[in-house]
Amino acid sequence: MTETRIERHHYDVVVIGAGGAGLRAAIEARLAGKKTAIISKSLFGKAHTVMAEGGAAAAMGNANSRDSWQVHFRDTMRGGKFLNNFRMAELHAKESPQRIWELETYGALFDRTKDGKISQRNFGGHEYPRLAHVGDRTGLELIRTLQQKIVSLQQEDKRDHGDYEARIKVFAETTITELLLDGDRVAGAFGYYRESGEFVLFEAPAVVLATGGVGRSYKVTSNSWEYTGDGHALALRAGATLINMEFLQFHPTGMVWPPSVKGILVTESVRGDGGVLKNSDGKRFMFDYVPDVFRKQYADNEEEADRWYKDPDNNRRPPELLPRDEVARAINSEVKDGRGTPAGGVYLDIASRLPAEEIRRRLPSMYHQFKELADVDITKEPMEVGPTCHYVMGGVEVDPDSGAAAGIVRGLFAAGEVSGGMHGSNRLGGNSLSDLLVFGKRAGGHAATYADQLTSRPRIPVPAVEAAVETALAPLQRDTGESPYTLQQDLQAVMGELVGIIRREGELVDALRKLGELRERVAKVSAAGGRRYNPGWHLALDLRNMLVVSECTAKAALERQESRGGHTREDFPGMDPKWRRVNLVCSLDGDTVRLEHKPLPKMRGELINLFDRNELAKYLTDEELAEFDALAEEAGK
Amino acid sequence: MGTKRQFRIWRGDENGGELQDHMVEVNEGEVVLDVLHRLQNTDTPDLAVRWNCKAGKCGSCSMEINGKPRLSCMTRMSTFEEGETVTVTPLRTFPVIRDLVTDVSFNYEKARETPAFAPPADVAPGDYRMQQVDVERSQEFRKCIECFLCQNVCHVIRDHEENKESFSGPRFFIRAAELDMHPLDAKTDRKEYAQAEMGLGYCNITKCCTEVCPEHIKITDNGIIPVKERVVDRRYDPLVWLGSKIFRRGQVPQTYVTSAQHSGAVHSSAPHGGVHSHAGGSHDPRHETEAQRGVNWHREVPHPTAPATDANGKLPLTELTFDRAAAPSPFGDDVTFPLPPQHLNFAHPQQDEPKH
Repeated sequence: MTETRIERHHYDVVVIGAGGAGLRAAIEARLAGKKTAIISKSLFGKAHTVMAEGGAAAAMGNANSRDSWQVHFRDTMRGGKFLNNFRMAELHAKESPQRIWELETYGALFDRTKDGKISQRNFGGHEYPRLAHVGDRTGLELIRTLQQKIVSLQQEDKRDHGDYEARIKVFAETTITELLLDGDRVAGAFGYYRESGEFVLFEAPAVVLATGGVGRSYKVTSNSWEYTGDGHALALRAGATLINMEFLQFHPTGMVWPPSVKGILVTESVRGDGGVLKNSDGKRFMFDYVPDVFRKQYADNEEEADRWYKDPDNNRRPPELLPRDEVARAINSEVKDGRGTPAGGVYLDIASRLPAEEIRRRLPSMYHQFKELADVDITKEPMEVGPTCHYVMGGVEVDPDSGAAAGIVRGLFAAGEVSGGMHGSNRLGGNSLSDLLVFGKRAGGHAATYADQLTSRPRIPVPAVEAAVETALAPLQRDTGESPYTLQQDLQAVMGELVGIIRREGELVDALRKLGELRERVAKVSAAGGRRYNPGWHLALDLRNMLVVSECTAKAALERQESRGGHTREDFPGMDPKWRRVNLVCSLDGDTVRLEHKPLPKMRGELINLFDRNELAKYLTDEELAEFDALAEEAGK
Repeated sequence: MGTKRQFRIWRGDENGGELQDHMVEVNEGEVVLDVLHRLQNTDTPDLAVRWNCKAGKCGSCSMEINGKPRLSCMTRMSTFEEGETVTVTPLRTFPVIRDLVTDVSFNYEKARETPAFAPPADVAPGDYRMQQVDVERSQEFRKCIECFLCQNVCHVIRDHEENKESFSGPRFFIRAAELDMHPLDAKTDRKEYAQAEMGLGYCNITKCCTEVCPEHIKITDNGIIPVKERVVDRRYDPLVWLGSKIFRRGQVPQTYVTSAQHSGAVHSSAPHGGVHSHAGGSHDPRHETEAQRGVNWHREVPHPTAPATDANGKLPLTELTFDRAAAPSPFGDDVTFPLPPQHLNFAHPQQDEPKH
């Protein structure tokens, strides 16, 4: 053990994750004058953000001047079934436009309106066209823009200090396995270079988690291999808490054929631009699935729905544009009732709705994706689609304004998908890209301020580093355990079959038992080969993160006895206003996941007044409604 | 349910390696990356492969498949014959780290050297106004997923390590073009910079980069040529030219006469009409086939690059119109003598016999 070489670095702020949130946080920390490191699990600019297609939601009002932050706030709360942290939803709605405009000063080139402003498109759950976009590769534009902004900051540093990496450095293909603490304060992070397998230690008083989601615990997922819940697990082990882990978004339209691409996303813009869902009988079935809470906004007949694309002010929206959870459940039940396609999905048809030329112009990467991966020409044939695990609403419980993690740890911040609360029980499409920017900036800025305020730098305790080295090397030194790939498949099977879209008590209990067994097997995992770029070893280390996060999800899913957004219980099919007042908070007690109930923060008066009483009645308890009435009465006086 | 297919996969590190044979199960609808993953699950758990999105959007899984630079997630198994052996090797232009993973840091260094977007000084955030038609030209280049296949295939650096210092490569030429065409970029010398600092002059427009681009970006036609042409325009404005000769001699970016008008000449010198290739050596197809079977089995052997000529097929020898002190090399700008021995092909006579 004494022979192990560990490279050491000193930074003010270490950002773990190089997607949209991580890069935006790093930019902010560097602009605040902090020496900043960006840790990227893959190459710089490859993060999962590139997969985002539709756009970034921001109430700029370019396409419809009636849009405003209030309307955006309302849509977000509705989409999240009122379980959102209202303050996060408010900040997000207010600050998104500035964050988007700021990207233009970094060089981003969004699609334009006729008068030269940023064009905005329709999307599920958004009342007005609101998504700034670049064709259907908005995520790529966002990440490239931020990447190039970082390069421009490095060029400034080269000019001023003679070194590109004087104040901001990207550590590509580097994985953090452990956060190190000095008492209750973050002192640094320990990890390894994927390329060489060498260990690296970052000494830093402030760490921003921006590691994305957990989708790799599911077999059918739109997420890349990086999504193993690293940030969630690091936070838990450092003494922070997770909320809303039971809420996972299954995107309604993932590819279902061919098998090798199963799960890969078909952007919602296909539906925003006129695509419709049909079952094997050729029926446009979504009209049968409009829930009561959405009757006012969604059309109940094809004529009105079709008129909406041209005249959105005087018609109700097509039901294909319902929030994602509704559409995913509708597809699930069509397939279950035997009206699915041969590959187990439904048809998504744009070919009969738009001219071929128009489809290619508006949806170039979808056209490309189906042509190359499935040999399907979407201008001629319908696509086969079905639900795929896409996004985790739950995550690190944070202070809404600063992104500081709750729990007993200080100096830890989180932004983006790894943080929880912003999206409630269900995220609206387009809200994640703007979430990354708004809360990435906030977390980076507050991490910098926190580092400034410290009077003494925390110290990394040596035994903690030794323990981290031992844990990291263990799978390589064992040769009696199982292969990490087998374990991952088994984990995916448990999660997909027992903690999937539709959940039942018996299955969840079963899942928890099986996860308990897996925990023992994962503790004994062995990886063949050496330390140098060894994917088997990397996966073996990721597994324990996936496992603990999966336990959180299963436990919270068993506890929440209602159906809401990304959590559907067959045995409790309705939404229960009492459960709306509760967040389920996970923390780690030694090795076991502890679950607690915590009341939701109460929305401020001027925010709750943005809603119609009839609408609130669907979500709130009688007691809360009485409070609302009293408030209204007072305002009326 | 699947069939067994023959795969040859390069395994090793910077100290060398070899092709390993594997019989792997392949199912309907799979791509090469699926097969590599199956191998990781079975025979070779530590097989190093770089990948991310598996949907052709991140550009991580670049490798050479049967000698062609490809994204392995976008190479469907159905594109091969049933009995065809699929040979997978790492990108050749970049140093191997392990197995199919190469060190692509060259590209990140070049990215860092390319001057960033310069925002207009007097336009506030939110006040940017651009027309769709104007942003579309740059948007084409911003589709780039940075898979670096264009860099890998570019003959200027593919077998010429020594050119890497002064040559940024197609990926960054289109970055320069993108910024040059950006309606609001405040920096005005993108083209000159590309010529002087990025080594644009080395490019003789063989279009290999365009051919391999998985995003189908017209790298050469829409990016490189417009930048070259405009550099040439300025250089050939007699007044500008004379002024620069007299007043700023030595400070003016070098302009090599390899602009669009000469590309025809370059191509006409490739009589086999087949693949344009990238290493020094023979251009006899028989030798080429043999060389392919040799030690550098995945090396394609080139036709020499023709020197730049004018519309009449003559070398631009007039000193007044040429910007160098003497005539260009008849072997082309990208060949220097003596040829470095490590770039010569050698096929050992007993190479096909099994090693013991």
